Amino acid sequence: MNANLLVEQTLNGFQLGVMLFLMASGLTLVLGIMNFVNLTHGSFYMFGAFFTAALFKLTGSLAVAIPGALLGVAALAAAFEATLFRKLYTRDHLDQVLCTVGLIYFCNEFVRFAWGPSPLRAEVPLFLRGSVQLFFDITYPTLRLAIIMVGLVVAAFLYWLIERTKLGMLIRAGAADRVMVRALGANINFLYTFVFAIGAALAGLAGILSGPIYAVQAGMGDNVLILTLVVIVIGGVGSVKGALIGAVLVGLLDTFGRALLPTSISDLGIYVLMAGILAINPRGLFQIHGAKK
Amino acid sequence: MSAVFSDPIMSSTLMSRIAGFRPTQRRIAICTFVGFALVPVFAAILGEPFYVRMCTRIMILALAALSLDLILGYGGMVSFGHSAFVGLGAYAVGVLSFHAAGGDYPLSGWLGVFATQSALVAWPIAILASSIAALLIGLVALRTSGLYFLMITLAFAQMLYFFFVSIDLYGGLDGMQMSGPSTLPYLNLGDRNTFFYVVFVILVAAYLFTKRLVASRFGMLIRGAKENEHRLQCIGFNTFPYRLVCFVIAGALAGLAGALLANNEQFVSPADMTWGKSGEFMAMVILGGTCSLVGPIIGAIIYVLLEYWLGNLTTHWQMLFGPALIIAVMFGKRGFIGLISKENT
Repeated sequence: MNANLLVEQTLNGFQLGVMLFLMASGLTLVLGIMNFVNLTHGSFYMFGAFFTAALFKLTGSLAVAIPGALLGVAALAAAFEATLFRKLYTRDHLDQVLCTVGLIYFCNEFVRFAWGPSPLRAEVPLFLRGSVQLFFDITYPTLRLAIIMVGLVVAAFLYWLIERTKLGMLIRAGAADRVMVRALGANINFLYTFVFAIGAALAGLAGILSGPIYAVQAGMGDNVLILTLVVIVIGGVGSVKGALIGAVLVGLLDTFGRALLPTSISDLGIYVLMAGILAINPRGLFQIHGAKK
Repeated sequence: MSAVFSDPIMSSTLMSRIAGFRPTQRRIAICTFVGFALVPVFAAILGEPFYVRMCTRIMILALAALSLDLILGYGGMVSFGHSAFVGLGAYAVGVLSFHAAGGDYPLSGWLGVFATQSALVAWPIAILASSIAALLIGLVALRTSGLYFLMITLAFAQMLYFFFVSIDLYGGLDGMQMSGPSTLPYLNLGDRNTFFYVVFVILVAAYLFTKRLVASRFGMLIRGAKENEHRLQCIGFNTFPYRLVCFVIAGALAGLAGALLANNEQFVSPADMTWGKSGEFMAMVILGGTCSLVGPIIGAIIYVLLEYWLGNLTTHWQMLFGPALIIAVMFGKRGFIGLISKENT
């Protein structure tokens, strides 16, 4: 493997990692704070891409379509949370899984019903087409580079939100001991809805960004969801830092696995990593102290 | 009459009398099995052999759901990877049959050891393969509980899924066609009715076995560990090996279901091992009612019939099926069994 390929594959790994981080950061908080297995997270990813496509068709401008789609996904998630999921927080994981699986069936089929079974083409703005020269003679697609940038910005934003604001303090406290947070009088319902909406918007953003790279089609979120769960298990439920490190690990491992190993066994790599980490530490790399198991 | 109702003691005996008309789980089970046994007869009268095949499928899925109820209902171990054991059992039979038919011609060497069409060899190997997988997965997964257990079982199932996707020899993602049904002495499993009754006998045997199992001392421990593991540990039981054995038994039964499924469909593919399939088994257990063993069997009936009926109604049947599942989970307290049975286990 020459230097050129090494740089490219490393960046590809980071790009996948960033995508997974966008998915995992929201979901890990939902799992950690609400102790709620939300498998519909993959559907938010899908809706992000489809809402953008639909709004672009309507307005012809990505500058309108992307924020609109993010708002749409957040609103949808808030609606789901307020009407359906809230009733499931006190139920066991089994009920949560089945309810959200039922919702996945509905969402996937709804997309097939509304937009048809064939994949859509995701629009890429002109300035992101082509590739940029990094250094020497190494070039890299602008779009993928932009995705990495967006991911870093979001990671910085989340860091600020969670570590530096009062809301973030409540979120961290909720992940560690939600009963106590409620007992201390914080508006836990608002916190739940907020975390849900922002998590869904991040998933939607991941869907929008990955639209031009992967296919925009019904069920596109299902495989990403499983990868996201692997990231969360590796990183430790409820930990955003764990999600970041887990996502980059999985992204790099998956990308280099594909480049170096025969295609047939490359998919196995991340699961072997996960099994290895869990065999040593069953609760993931970064455990949130006191998090409900 | 009004006096009767106003008297709390009288009205409670009246209520219990009314409740007495509700069937016990035992009666429900007997009715279900008698109903199954009569299906080939009715199918012959109606001239619809398709029903025999569909009902065989229902019974096989019921066996898998029954085994899931053992760990999920009684053991409180919410496994999201049960389809892996079913798929592993199916692949064991498929692979053995593949080599028996000489499908490995260019490599026929040491792999020829794994060549048999005989059910008496292949099915136990299927059970063994799933048991070993369950043992290894259980060793890691059972160190955790709740959310982690759910996601670890899911991830291991995905691992097995990708493992079979990666083997080109056995068809990769496309799966492989079986070269023919498994063979049994004196019986022709290729005959739909014969195969139906073989599956039927296995299902009844599995039901009776698991029913005894959960009532035994072992079963008490498993149920006790679900209620309060710490308390059991406190009075001196090491719960881990019991839970592990329970997990392995469930895996073994699921492997047997997989062996039967491969025979029924005459096709083996990684699609049988996806997490969606695991979700389907969970849905069957929930729809029928957990902790009842007959519940998952009825759940399988409801699931397949609903799928068939809605599928005939519209191509977008999942848009109806999803909400139906949500409503069943949200409002059905203990599934079908909880609705009609008087027992409150």
